[in-house]
Amino acid sequence: MTEPAVLSITGNNGVVMARQTVRSLAQDCRLSLVEQTKLVTAASELARNALIYGGGGTMTASIVDEFGRRGVRVVFADQGPGIADVDLALTDGWTSGNGMGLGLSGSRRLVDDFVLDSAVGRGTTVTITKWAR
Amino acid sequence: MAAASGTESLVTLLSRAGEDLAAGWVDRVSSSLGGRVSKAEVESELRELYTALLAALRQESVDVYGEAFGELRALLTELSRSRARQGFSPTETALSVFSLKQALEPVLSDGNEDDVRAYLQLSSLLDGLGLFTIEAYTRTREELIAAQAEQLLELSTPVVKLWDGVIGVPLVGTLDSARTMVVMEKMLQSLLDTGSEQAIIDITGVPAVDTEVAQHLLKTVVAARLMGAECTISGIRPQIAQTIVALGIDFGDIATKATLADALRHALRRAGTTLSTTSGTGVAR
Ligand SMILES: Nc1ncnc2c1ncn2[C@@H]1O[C@H](COP(=O)(O)OP(=O)(O)OP(=O)(O)O)[C@@H](O)[C@H]1O
Ligand SMILES: [Mg+2]
Repeated sequence: MTEPAVLSITGNNGVVMARQTVRSLAQDCRLSLVEQTKLVTAASELARNALIYGGGGTMTASIVDEFGRRGVRVVFADQGPGIADVDLALTDGWTSGNGMGLGLSGSRRLVDDFVLDSAVGRGTTVTITKWAR
Repeated sequence: MAAASGTESLVTLLSRAGEDLAAGWVDRVSSSLGGRVSKAEVESELRELYTALLAALRQESVDVYGEAFGELRALLTELSRSRARQGFSPTETALSVFSLKQALEPVLSDGNEDDVRAYLQLSSLLDGLGLFTIEAYTRTREELIAAQAEQLLELSTPVVKLWDGVIGVPLVGTLDSARTMVVMEKMLQSLLDTGSEQAIIDITGVPAVDTEVAQHLLKTVVAARLMGAECTISGIRPQIAQTIVALGIDFGDIATKATLADALRHALRRAGTTLSTTSGTGVAR
């Protein structure tokens, strides 16, 4: 396991940095080009959600080794308002702003593991993992 | 600090130190700049600073942001801007101010209480002025960076004429809101200028298409339609196609093609142009 890369997402630049950091880890972990692209896209969505709805947050990314599998795990955490109705937020096409409402639900489909932990008034943490095949 | 704290002893010290002080200061500054600014230039810069500093002190002022220091602040701003443009570091820039302290040390007469008090007064003044310099420097750097980003924005969004009635917009890199605005404006203007009714937006150079990029692309296509033009999106590589599908993005009835060549063929067909290859096989009717 490598040292996790920690990044703060406080502006648009943070979203760009998040994509670059995740892409380089995905390459180190030898994910295929398709897997890399899917993971980077999911990271882009979650980083932007943390920025827009969470009022900024952090991203922690690392290569993990579990049960003989290698993969990239990325955690997005913010201390924003949290998500009141998680099922609704994960519904395709539902947005409280003017997005497409596909960021959360789409990210879940783009990765292998997806854990959403949110508490109203305390914030949101989303953990995603993509395993190398 | 009250004016009663007095600046006379500092003025006296500086005037007494005079030429020695100036020479020492110039030496320190020009060596810290590694000869990248001529000594004559440094000397004339510092002389102006020195004169303005003395003038401010003669007005019994120690408030760096006060009126008496207006002239000095203007000079420091000018100096910071030129250093920032020439690529000097913030440290190198601020040293022009701070090194006056070291230059003064050798001219302090031993144990003279007035001198020591004056030195401390100058020291805290120079701290304030040094910080002011760094702020001015940073502001210039930020302006430079913003200007470069803007230039890059312009550079990276060319619109090319591909054929009579067909324009191409190759996109490279991240497509954020600012980029999209520029792309959209340029594309719509070109459609008008060239009298084209077909536009091809090529995203071969876009590393990832997320909901933000997709939304921007869709908006651009809708704007073109309002002008009576049709868009084709080309350069959708396999990994991008699979990601778009998994994400759940629907491009609706917008034509999408794998390659620019496919898109051009498609656009020409829609524009009613007939193409034929040299072997005589028609590829478009
Ligand atoms: N970190 C977060 N904190 C608070 N609310 C969030 C967070 N992430 C998502 N949400 C809520 O969930 C909704 C759905 O998010 P999702 O990313 O799917 O769509 P979106 O951001 O609105 O649009 P887009 O398709 O552009 O991502 C958001 O509109 C927002 O209300
Ligand atoms: Mg979103």
